Amino acid sequence: MLAGRALRNVFRAPHYTDDIIMQMDIIGVGSLPIVVLTGFFSGVVISMQMSRALDQYGAVGQLGQIVAITLVRELGPVLTALLVAGRNASGIASELGSMKVTEQIDAMRALGTDPIQKLVTPRMVATAFMLPMLTIVADFVGIIGGYIIAYFTLGLTTSQYWTTAYQALEYNDIVQGLLKPFVFSFIISLVGCFFGLRTAGGTQGVGRATTQAVVVASVWVFVVTSLLTRIFVNLH
Amino acid sequence: MGSAPSKTGDRSLLRFENVSLRFDDVPALQDISFELHPGETRVVLGAAGSGKTTLLKTAIGLLHPDSGRVVLFGRDIIGMTENELFNLRSDVGVLFQEGGLFDSITVAENVAYPLVNRRHQTAAPDEVEAKVAEALRFVELEHTMEQYPGELSGGMRRRVGIARAVVSEPPMVLYDSPTAGLDPITANTIMALVAKERDTQNTANLIVTQRYQDGQLMANFRYNRSSGHLEPVSKNGIGDHGGSNPTHTIFMVMKEGQVVFEGTQAELEAARDPYIAKFVPKHS
Repeated sequence: MLAGRALRNVFRAPHYTDDIIMQMDIIGVGSLPIVVLTGFFSGVVISMQMSRALDQYGAVGQLGQIVAITLVRELGPVLTALLVAGRNASGIASELGSMKVTEQIDAMRALGTDPIQKLVTPRMVATAFMLPMLTIVADFVGIIGGYIIAYFTLGLTTSQYWTTAYQALEYNDIVQGLLKPFVFSFIISLVGCFFGLRTAGGTQGVGRATTQAVVVASVWVFVVTSLLTRIFVNLH
Repeated sequence: MGSAPSKTGDRSLLRFENVSLRFDDVPALQDISFELHPGETRVVLGAAGSGKTTLLKTAIGLLHPDSGRVVLFGRDIIGMTENELFNLRSDVGVLFQEGGLFDSITVAENVAYPLVNRRHQTAAPDEVEAKVAEALRFVELEHTMEQYPGELSGGMRRRVGIARAVVSEPPMVLYDSPTAGLDPITANTIMALVAKERDTQNTANLIVTQRYQDGQLMANFRYNRSSGHLEPVSKNGIGDHGGSNPTHTIFMVMKEGQVVFEGTQAELEAARDPYIAKFVPKHS
């Protein structure tokens, strides 16, 4: 019901554009450092681990392909979603939960403002824009991380790594690499808002709502990525 | 003054007709009936958990009763959609227990909120600025405009809450425990502002409180525009027009979701019921 009302408000006035931009800054720009850092080291680790396995078959030259596919199809979207869930689903739940227990949500309704339109829809729209972008950044930085290992420790040339990485990616990979974060964005924002808006029991309730939001959002990210991967594997 | 359309032709701004509400198996409101008329003040006394705040939230459709009717500005709000209620609520000022201020925006933005965000009659920026300044001047907090609610004391937050409740000049204001948790001097300041608002704008007030003194002040004092102070009703000559209840103040006492008393201050002070008598200090 919350999802339905939040989606319907996207097309109904009033539109809180300032709130959307502010949330984009909080969710997108705010999450950028941690996403870059995690993406980079994911690429580094994948590169180091895969080089050992590929070495057994004399296929270290294919490292760029493995790193690119692993990051773009799965690790980039899931890791970014988990980071944003940890950072923003919790932030949304605690912010809205605090507003609920201090009667700010009731005040908003009493003052003639729809809390779903004012609070939920901007967060949902902002996450839907920013999570795919963060995922693209994480994927790219991860592939750079893999390249640094490939170039400096495995002796691969720049063109060898980047050509295999580029050629490995098909249309299907790009679509699922962008569709997944788009779907995850709704899970993260709506789960955060849902637990925030149903907070009860004072400050203890806010803590409980925050924890629940992160756990539920993270579990749903894994469940949905399994389903989407299954669909894309079948399509392929 | 905000619009208060009456479709049924009755004079009441708010009417409860046999309203009952339960939370799970616990009765929060039981068969509540009363009316609030223009210029009238109703002071609802009761212990914690007696249903005072529930009554107030039900009055503007924040809670939906299980049975009975709530008629606001002549319109039955039971069964109204949330969108319809948003428009109706714009004509009601509400002060929440802790002020209910939005802590992520400044005091000025909080006070401007009802003017900027109402769905009809949105005010021009210049008008908003002037009204916000006027409302904050009314509560003597004009200097706090750029501060955030977290930087203010409890009493100041309550005063900003009053400014926000009255900035759109509503015909009716609801106060949820306006003096709860405040020291006697600050509590008196808050109630003086409530009385000043009533007497300058002729608003109807529904005040829920645990303090008898809040009702006593509303019943016995009026704001004198010429002197700029509150004065006892017997001294300013206004009392002659209202008979024994010149300020049109009615007291209600709630117990376990029921109204166990309704009447004037004199009737309240004469009540023998031990529960009701607890709210009236013996020296009064």
